[in-house]
Amino acid sequence: MTHDYSTQELMIIAAARQIADGERIFVGMRLPITAYGVARLTHAPNAVGLFESGVARYEPADGMLYTMCDGPNQLGAAWTTGLIQIMGLLSGGRVHAGFIGGAEVDKFGNINTSYIGDIDDPKVKLPGSGGAPDIAAMAERLVIIINHQKHRLVEKVDFVTSPGFLDGGDARKKAGLPGGGPAVIITDRAILKPHGPEHEFHLASIHPGHTVDEVMANTGWDLKSIPDLGVTPEPTKVEMDALHHIDKDGFWRS
Amino acid sequence: MSLAEAVSTHVQDGCKIVLGAALENAVPFAATHELIRQGRRELNMIAPISDISTDMLIGAGCVTEVTGAWVGNVSGGMGHNFRRAAEKGLPHPIKINDYSNFTIGMAFFAGAYGLPYVPVKTILGSDIMKSNQSIKLTEDPYTGEPVALIPALKPDVAFLVVQRADKAGNSHIWGSTGLTQEASIAANKIIVLADEIVEPEVIASDPSRVLIPGFGVDAVCHVPAGCHPAPLIGKWQRDNAFFHHYHKETRVPDGFDRWCDEWVRDLADHDAYRAKLGGELEDLRILGDVPSAPANYATE
Repeated sequence: MTHDYSTQELMIIAAARQIADGERIFVGMRLPITAYGVARLTHAPNAVGLFESGVARYEPADGMLYTMCDGPNQLGAAWTTGLIQIMGLLSGGRVHAGFIGGAEVDKFGNINTSYIGDIDDPKVKLPGSGGAPDIAAMAERLVIIINHQKHRLVEKVDFVTSPGFLDGGDARKKAGLPGGGPAVIITDRAILKPHGPEHEFHLASIHPGHTVDEVMANTGWDLKSIPDLGVTPEPTKVEMDALHHIDKDGFWRS
Repeated sequence: MSLAEAVSTHVQDGCKIVLGAALENAVPFAATHELIRQGRRELNMIAPISDISTDMLIGAGCVTEVTGAWVGNVSGGMGHNFRRAAEKGLPHPIKINDYSNFTIGMAFFAGAYGLPYVPVKTILGSDIMKSNQSIKLTEDPYTGEPVALIPALKPDVAFLVVQRADKAGNSHIWGSTGLTQEASIAANKIIVLADEIVEPEVIASDPSRVLIPGFGVDAVCHVPAGCHPAPLIGKWQRDNAFFHHYHKETRVPDGFDRWCDEWVRDLADHDAYRAKLGGELEDLRILGDVPSAPANYATE
C-alpha cells in the first residue's frame, strides 16, 4: 500500500529508521529532530535525544524549536546541564549515533562545513563546525543528511571539518578515531552506504520515482552501486501517522 | 554598576573576550552592543557558537580575531559580516582560530583548572588540526596511539547572562549552560548581566543552582532582557523574526551600517534598546509559571 508523502517526509522516515530502540542519539534541529520524534513514536520508544548545548531528552519537545536551547526543548528534559557533560558522553563512547548535515560530503563520507576553496583565501567561508566533528569522530555511527547535488556530493571535499573515512581503507582507524564513522548518506534522491574495505560510498537504494542515471548525473564522483541495489522502502501508514502527529502544521509536507 | 561602566572599566582594545558561551540561549547581546558603542578595537571574540553576536562585532570593525566553532546566524544560516571579513577582508581581515565545540570546551576546561592542555581523540583526522596550529598531534605515552593536545585558553573577560543574581554577583542559572561555567572560570574577569537582581537570601536558599559564585565576579550589571534576541529560560522567548530581519538587512555592508546605527549606535544604552523594541519585547516575556519543586536544605 502506498501513501502520499513528500520527498522530505521520505527522508525523515528513512532517517527515523536509522535509530534503534534504547539508543542515545545526537539529534540536530529540523529534519533530524523530526526523525527522532517519529522513531520514538514507532519502533524506538526508549531512544534518548542529546543536544550539545547541554540537554538530554526522552520525549521530543512539544512545540516549534528554532534552536536546541529554546524553552520547549528544556521544559521536562531528562537533563539540562553543560556541553562538556553531554559531549562527554560521546567522548566516553556512550553515544550510538549522530545526525549531521553539511555543505559538501565526499565519496569517503568526509564533511565540509568550514571553507570552500583555499583556507587562506576562501571562496566561501561557511559558518564552521559546531559540534559536528566531535559527533563524526566519536559516535558509534554517523547519519549524514544532504541534498543530492553535484556540487554537494563531491569527489574530495576542500576541507575535512568532520572526518568520515578520510582517504578510505583503514585511514580512519590509523588516524586514531574512536567512532565507527559514517554509516549512511540520506539524500533527496537516494540512500548511499559505505561498501567494501575501501569504505567508498555506493548507491544502496533509490527513492521511488528517481533513476540511477539521474542519481549518477547529480553525484560528483563515479558512483558505483552495491550488488543488491533496491528502491528505498516507502513510508508505512504507521510511520506517516507518527510524522503527521508531530508535524501538525504540515511543514514537511510540501 | 552600569553595563557601560563595566565595559569601559574592564575591556581594553585587544582583549580576548568570551561572550556567548551558553550557545544559543543566554547570549549577552547587550554587552555586544556596548562593545560596539564604545568602539572597542582588535578584539579576539571567543565562543563555541555565538549566533549573530560575533557577526555584529565583525561588521562594526571591533574584531581582528575569531576563536570558536561556529559563526553565523542560527535562524538565517550564514553570517554576512563573517563572510565578508573572511573572504574579502572587509571591513578588515580577521584571523580565524577554528575549534569544534568539544575541543573549545576542553580548552576552557584546561584554562579554568590550570591544566596546560587536555589530550583528546576527537579532532583527529579533521583539517581543523591544520587550520588551528595550536592543536598538536602527538602519541599517547601510555598506548602509543595518536592523540590531539588542546592547549588551555584563558580569556581576559567573560560576559554571561544569568536569570538572577544578588548585588555581589552570586548568580543562579538554570536550563542548559553550554560552556558558561568553564569559560567564565577560565577568564581573568567575569562580568555578570543579571536579568533580575534579588536579595542575597534568595541565592543563598539554593546554592546548588549557583553556577558562578560572587567571589569570582568583577562586575554585576542589572540588564533586563540583556539576552535579546536570544532566549533565556523562564524569562524570555527567542525573537526569531529579529534574527531573520538582521539576516536580510545585513546582506551588504551599507545595510549592516544602517542596521547597526538603528539598533546599536544611535541608542544610548540597553534601556533605549528595550524602549525601541517596546511591545515586541513584551510579547516575548515569559508570563507562565512552571516552578521546580523546592529542595530541602534543613540540617536537623
